[in-house]
Amino acid sequence: MSHPTTGSFGDFVTRAQRAGRLVVQPRMGVSDPGAMRSGLLATRDAAATTVGTITLDSYTRMGDNVNAHAALAAGVELNGFPIVAHDVAITRAVLDGVVGADFPVQIRHGSPLPETIVGALIKAGLHATEGGPVSYCLPYSRVPLVDSIPNWARSCDLLAEVRETGVEPHVESFGGCMMGQLCPPGLLVALSVLECMFFRQHGIRSVSLSYAQQTNPDQDTEAVQALRQLAAHWLPDLDWHIVIYTYMGVYPRTPNGATLLLEEAARLAVRTGAARLIVKTVAEGYRIPTFAENIDALETAAAAAERCTTIAGEVADTGIHAEATALIEAVLDLSPDLGTALAIAFRRGYLDVPYCLHPDNASRARSYLDSAGRLQWSSIGSMPIRDVVGHTGSGQLTAAGLLASLSYVERTFDNASLEQEYRAAPAGEVPATPPPRSDELTKEQSR
Amino acid sequence: MVCIRATEASTLLGMDHAAAVAADRAVSAGDLSVVVTSVSSDSHTWNLVVLQLVLEELGHRVHNLGACVPDELMVSECARLRPDLIVISSVNGHGRHDGLRLIGKVRGHPELALTPVVIGGKLGIAGPGSDRSRAQLRSAGFDAVFEDGSGLTAFQSFVGQLTASVVR
Ligand code: B12
Repeated sequence: MSHPTTGSFGDFVTRAQRAGRLVVQPRMGVSDPGAMRSGLLATRDAAATTVGTITLDSYTRMGDNVNAHAALAAGVELNGFPIVAHDVAITRAVLDGVVGADFPVQIRHGSPLPETIVGALIKAGLHATEGGPVSYCLPYSRVPLVDSIPNWARSCDLLAEVRETGVEPHVESFGGCMMGQLCPPGLLVALSVLECMFFRQHGIRSVSLSYAQQTNPDQDTEAVQALRQLAAHWLPDLDWHIVIYTYMGVYPRTPNGATLLLEEAARLAVRTGAARLIVKTVAEGYRIPTFAENIDALETAAAAAERCTTIAGEVADTGIHAEATALIEAVLDLSPDLGTALAIAFRRGYLDVPYCLHPDNASRARSYLDSAGRLQWSSIGSMPIRDVVGHTGSGQLTAAGLLASLSYVERTFDNASLEQEYRAAPAGEVPATPPPRSDELTKEQSR
Repeated sequence: MVCIRATEASTLLGMDHAAAVAADRAVSAGDLSVVVTSVSSDSHTWNLVVLQLVLEELGHRVHNLGACVPDELMVSECARLRPDLIVISSVNGHGRHDGLRLIGKVRGHPELALTPVVIGGKLGIAGPGSDRSRAQLRSAGFDAVFEDGSGLTAFQSFVGQLTASVVR
């Protein structure tokens, strides 16, 4: 099999980091191959250090290639690129002359059973993807963990074989983003580390550990520092870097609020020495972004990173490192095989993701936001972190209460944006913040 | 009206949601039996949790089928549970397409031909009001369509009217 000369993803990011540049990356995927190609080109040509993304559509994620084909045939636009339904020649044509040592492209999918997808991306000449047997199962499906884990193991094995062609395959754990919101940092950090250890057991040597921006900048800084220390401790033999996700929960609705949150994420990345940042756009709260909105987000994030010179020193230790350590060690004690250990850990509730409806999740853990906007446990279920977390007390869950927690970040940043506009507006003028107009913006999407 | 306790039935399902939401909460006037469900391609669940809580706080009994529900499972569960209302929620942008496919299967089942079925969320990939999804979904057999941005008030009054006509 011939592979286009595509340098490894991990190498590219490491080189950029050494040069002092934050790598920024979009979430981007459309069903039309011509449009997908122009999106990648626009990403490559943005005024920022970028890597490309092909985000897959929901049918392909679920292995429903029948509906993916049907949608393509009917001209229905999907929420991503159907890499399995498209012929491999089509995907290669999308990438031809675009992907290369200076512009690696990663497949972002969200599939609990990714073997077919990994087969397709390898055939197309790619070798970087993301996810994990837990992080792409519990928030993304109703598939049992005992099916997801071996499928992920085989997928890693497949990907590891690509090394024979002279390029180092790369897998990023999505463990730092369970459910997108309201998961306390200790568990996010532990899952990122554990999934990367799983990848290593299945032949992968270049990985990234993720952490999604949460609700409080100091808590986030502490969490990423803990993640770095634990990665250094548990993955000393791997090529690894840290990737920050711009906030993954309910997003601000005002364009300015959305931008402020993105800039905050860029500063988090710089402050904590992370190597890569996945951006969010002003359209996040509404719909799939246009390419123009994505390029804007990349350039805004890159500029904010450029302006930020603060490197965080030691931050106050509220116990995130200890909590993550307790979780990791409890899982490792269950079996030398990481896949087996993860399955047992969920069965026993040693790992328990708050508000996750998946049948394999114990669903006894619960979280809340304290008055400083920090994520805290209100119930730890059977997780072995009582010594670290101390006393918890669970209040009643109501629709209004849950919606208030879910919209905390949205409100904070939209209010900050309105405040700014109010200050800036000449006396007597009422500042208007119209939501992005979908009809105009989507037409703009270059195709 | 046939009453089936959601908590008894739910153990048969791939997703058992009883544990996700506190069980003991004050029950008010409602008493409809409601199925809340996602569609086959959509894994978002915060929408489902919130809709369940809203309905339960109105005093209704909710059977939450969870994420990524295959068409056949949804139809067979609804036929078994014979709910007073089926609430379909999707936000991933495939909702219109999935909804149009699904409603034919639901209406095709003799037990479900007349059951009130509503759909809502972010139904397309281009934002609310950007295509004719609402009209299309209505004529395909949905009793109501609640696109994102319309808020939950319209839905609550729809459920209120239904309660008045079913529980008399
Ligand atoms: C959290 C989140 C996730 C989490 C979800 C975890 C989980 N298991 O739930 C993760 C990270 C896993 C995720 C994954 C994906 N996501 Co997502 N996600 C979000 C996000 C940021 C917040 C959603 C949320 O929690 N809302 C809180 C709940 C309470 O509100 P809600 O979902 O809007 O539901 C309310 C209303 O819509 C309404 N409603 C909904 N349904 C119904 C039904 C009826 C009858 C009624 C009356 C009302 C109603 O009432 C609900 C309660 O108030 C949104 C963007 C945003 N809003 O900021 C994107 C978003 C929904 N995701 C999106 C997409 C596309 C995906 C993916 C396909 C990945 C991708 N291609 O980008 C995958 C899903 C995979 C799949 N198989 O479908 C898009 C959808 C685009 C569109 N519709 O045009 C959004 C809008 C982001 C974006 N702009 O691209 N996501």
